[in-house]
Amino acid sequence: MDAIRVEGLTKEFDAVTAVDDLSFAVEQGEIFGLLGPNGAGKSTLINMLVTLLDSTSGTARVNGYDINDETGDVRDSLGIVFQEPAVDEELTGAENLAFHARMYGKPKAERERRIPEVLELVDLADEADQPVESYSGGMQRRLEIGRGLMHEPAVLFLDEPTTGLDARTRRDTWEYIQRLNEQSDVTIIITTHYMDEADFLCERVAIMDHGEIVAVDSPESLKDSLGGDVVTLGLENPSRELFARLDEQSWVREHTETEEGVAVTMAHGDTRVADLVRLADDAGASIASVDLRKPTLENVFLSLTGSTISEREASATDRREDGEDRTTAEAAEVAE
Amino acid sequence: MSLVDPLGIYGLWLRDVKRFLRTPSQIVGSLTFPLMFLLFLGFGFSGAAIPGLPEGVDYLQYLVPGIMGFTMLLGASFAGLAILSDQDVGFLKEILVAPVSRTSIVLGRIAGGSTTAIVQAVLILALSIPLGFELAGWLSIPLAAVFLLLIAITFVGFGIALASQFSDSEGFGLIVQFIVFPLFFLSGAIYPIEGLPGPVQYLALINPLTYGVDGLRAALVGASTYSPLLDFGALVVSSVVMVSVGAYLFERVETV
Repeated sequence: MDAIRVEGLTKEFDAVTAVDDLSFAVEQGEIFGLLGPNGAGKSTLINMLVTLLDSTSGTARVNGYDINDETGDVRDSLGIVFQEPAVDEELTGAENLAFHARMYGKPKAERERRIPEVLELVDLADEADQPVESYSGGMQRRLEIGRGLMHEPAVLFLDEPTTGLDARTRRDTWEYIQRLNEQSDVTIIITTHYMDEADFLCERVAIMDHGEIVAVDSPESLKDSLGGDVVTLGLENPSRELFARLDEQSWVREHTETEEGVAVTMAHGDTRVADLVRLADDAGASIASVDLRKPTLENVFLSLTGSTISEREASATDRREDGEDRTTAEAAEVAE
Repeated sequence: MSLVDPLGIYGLWLRDVKRFLRTPSQIVGSLTFPLMFLLFLGFGFSGAAIPGLPEGVDYLQYLVPGIMGFTMLLGASFAGLAILSDQDVGFLKEILVAPVSRTSIVLGRIAGGSTTAIVQAVLILALSIPLGFELAGWLSIPLAAVFLLLIAITFVGFGIALASQFSDSEGFGLIVQFIVFPLFFLSGAIYPIEGLPGPVQYLALINPLTYGVDGLRAALVGASTYSPLLDFGALVVSSVVMVSVGAYLFERVETV
């Protein structure tokens, strides 16, 4: 059984389609990313999956339960960390967890066992009895992630889990998420508009744009689909001999002459730099510089959609400021 | 999800009580207004001959149950506000995504809001005793508790129904002023409603607080305009109506 199976799921706001006939599946135990610019429909999709928003058409199963007909079982099966903080700052960390456990019907014995366990897991045991308003942003996030796991759900949703955190706290949070996934075997669905986050954390990524999924695969395969890494050799004396030799190598996918020298495309560029240098040496070309570029998910997004994520987000902002007609992206953002 | 989930309701109640106890400034603040009415009206009109007062009842005796009713109104509007401030800070989503029915959430909110409102009303009662207020007898306390509970359920239910029609706390705060004071003045809390012009009297007769204050007066002072049984019946009806309306409207709240 898949952790999540989405079939033809659609959400329309007025005349605008925020999520457009999506179908995909998430396997049990994986970290699955929904990557796309703000306004792509990620949060709308999540809100439907966690039963906070009704779908216009189509359906989905979470942990085998239908999101339209088995709302209670779906809610029991999932934990969620919302994009905006959703903790009670006047209560302590432990009290927030206790509140959550009661809402999920956990009896006293189970609460007493589970609360210290979760606090330990997210490294907040020492701060358990401090009011949450005294927590740092990273600590609050950790508390929320721990709370999402409190009732031992099959699926944990993390909606933009590191937005608003500083670089170091982001790193730490990623490591927590990975550790949780390994230790508790929970399936994790993460939405993000950070390429590096999706790349670092996710086993598979669905790239979303304008309410549609344009590609689903592992970050490596997505990047490989672009043809591989590009090594650029700066040459002091361009040599015909080198180009001829490059043609003979089976691992060279493509090479093009550039102003400074030559750009060579290949898989696993980092392991081929030495070969390339030797080749140039043998051909009598003297090397001025070596540059290795690995494709990023940003390149993938660009090649799939024709614009970068930040361009998409900037244009969504512009349109809003100009007060033009509401677009898919904006309507979805309103929903988010 | 069962319609009524006792553990969920208890969790919501406990949270409200903890938050209330942890902010003493809020307790003091919420008592200031009623206390001012009690002191200034109580002393200002202490010797005045106010038409329609039950025989043998002086003005302070008449006023205290009315001010308790006013305190309940303020406490209930605060409970409505609590829902909206949860929405402002995002905590409402945490509540709504839990496997707890909306009806249970409304019941938990009513339990929490009623408890804090009743504590405030009881504090007003306690403070009025050094001012010269006399209880009719020991039976007064349990009888008054019944009326306080029914007033609380009615108006916290009303507060939730009203709050569910707003999307943020600001607009709600403004509207509440225009609802709390007319309800207060048209309830016989500070003067008998017989003194009001005819058509306005009818407004008072459909105001649940009229029966709440009258019932409290019957319990605490031993004098009332209507039969305490009528007061009780009217409040039971208003409680059922308000809880149903609150649950119905809250069911339709969209958070995202």
